[in-house]
Amino acid sequence: MTKTYYDPSDLKKFGKISEWNEELGAKFFDYYGKVFEEGHLTAREKSLIALAVAHTIQCPYCIDAYTGDGLQRGITKEEMMEALHVAGAIRGGASLVHGVQMMNKVNKLEM
Amino acid sequence: MATKSLLKRESELANKNRQLEILSNGIFQSGELPKFKDKISETNQFPLKARKLEILQINVGYMCNQVCEHCHVDAGPDRKEIMTRKTMMQCLEVIKNTGAHTLDLTGGAPEMNPDFRWFVEEASKAGIKDFIVRSNLTIIRANKKFHDLPEFFKKHNVHVVSSMPHWTRGKTDKQRGDGVFDKSIQALKDLNAIGYGIPDSNLRLDLVYNPSGAFLPGDQVALEKDFKKALLDDFGIHFHNLFAITNLPISRFLDYLIASENYEDYMYALVEAYNPVAVANVMCTNTLSVSWDGYLYDCDFNQMLELPVNSKVKHISDYNEELLEGREIVISQHCYGCTAGAGSSCQGSVA
Repeated sequence: MTKTYYDPSDLKKFGKISEWNEELGAKFFDYYGKVFEEGHLTAREKSLIALAVAHTIQCPYCIDAYTGDGLQRGITKEEMMEALHVAGAIRGGASLVHGVQMMNKVNKLEM
Repeated sequence: MATKSLLKRESELANKNRQLEILSNGIFQSGELPKFKDKISETNQFPLKARKLEILQINVGYMCNQVCEHCHVDAGPDRKEIMTRKTMMQCLEVIKNTGAHTLDLTGGAPEMNPDFRWFVEEASKAGIKDFIVRSNLTIIRANKKFHDLPEFFKKHNVHVVSSMPHWTRGKTDKQRGDGVFDKSIQALKDLNAIGYGIPDSNLRLDLVYNPSGAFLPGDQVALEKDFKKALLDDFGIHFHNLFAITNLPISRFLDYLIASENYEDYMYALVEAYNPVAVANVMCTNTLSVSWDGYLYDCDFNQMLELPVNSKVKHISDYNEELLEGREIVISQHCYGCTAGAGSSCQGSVA
């Protein structure tokens, strides 16, 4: 085993997951490809969503892939950072909205 | 931002042999990545051979008013290689008799050649179907004597192809120098004002997009759409088509790749994106590049690497289109730049 959990060169080997289950691997990559095709959303918009999600799930492979993908599509660093703040706001909001639960509990228990 | 060419800076990368060494050593010598010759052999596409000539590209000199970070010519104000009128006259003889449908003038900034206007006037008389001048836009605003270039281009029905790395100021100026974006926008407005780039206009204005860093260009059609929308919404500018061109790992772009420690990853990206369909249409198979001193090359990149055509005919003064047809194209690992993804040529994607 390598001494780190993540190796950037593993990203290039993503396709190899099909080797141990060809059927499901093929279905996944087919689905993946379709998802990112131009639809009601542009491929550019989907790339920015992917970048924001990549940061939310903190996947280094995905951050690597969708930062590069964004640059190729002409997405600016300002657009990328705005997308990240959307992720950050939702993550922060997800913590804070639970504050209502805390407040309910406190209000119920306190005299 | 550099203000001098590699040559002026006496960089080791100004030496063509050093560039070719780098492109053949390391990951390619160890077999980590296949050499271009071996890769195209996999699909029986070696040797690449020249077909009938369609595009005659003439480089009238390496002098330029800009010193772009990615420039494969290593052009700049300090470059003194300029085509003489004598060589231009030899080129004109060829232009009058060629079967090529496109004449493509490039540089440097071709307009900085003192005989540029004379050459365009003479060449336009040959009646070649598509007469391209690759103008960097800022030259039009650089000096009063160039302000009338749009009118001059119009008079001679020149097809203007101009570089524009992004529709935002930040990304453009980072690659091409401070102030380039604003000057380019003004030049595009000047060209639009006399009919260039307007939908349905016969005065063709196309833009060239090069990525501003160590990544490949995205889909040309999608980028064109984004460029058109942004330039129209923000500045009221029209243009016809966008050519997405991959940066080839030579000269100043190679220097940048090495200095930024992106060289190996970039070569991996090029090899991974290798597309045999692009190989079939790669531009060296229908193009001939003429250098400022009249020598012949398979493409502008080979010219900069001083890899001359593999033919008895080496110079424009001995030009023979029939003898040049069918010649074997001279290749090295930089050729991966033209075969990645949708392929790349001076006319944009090829696959």
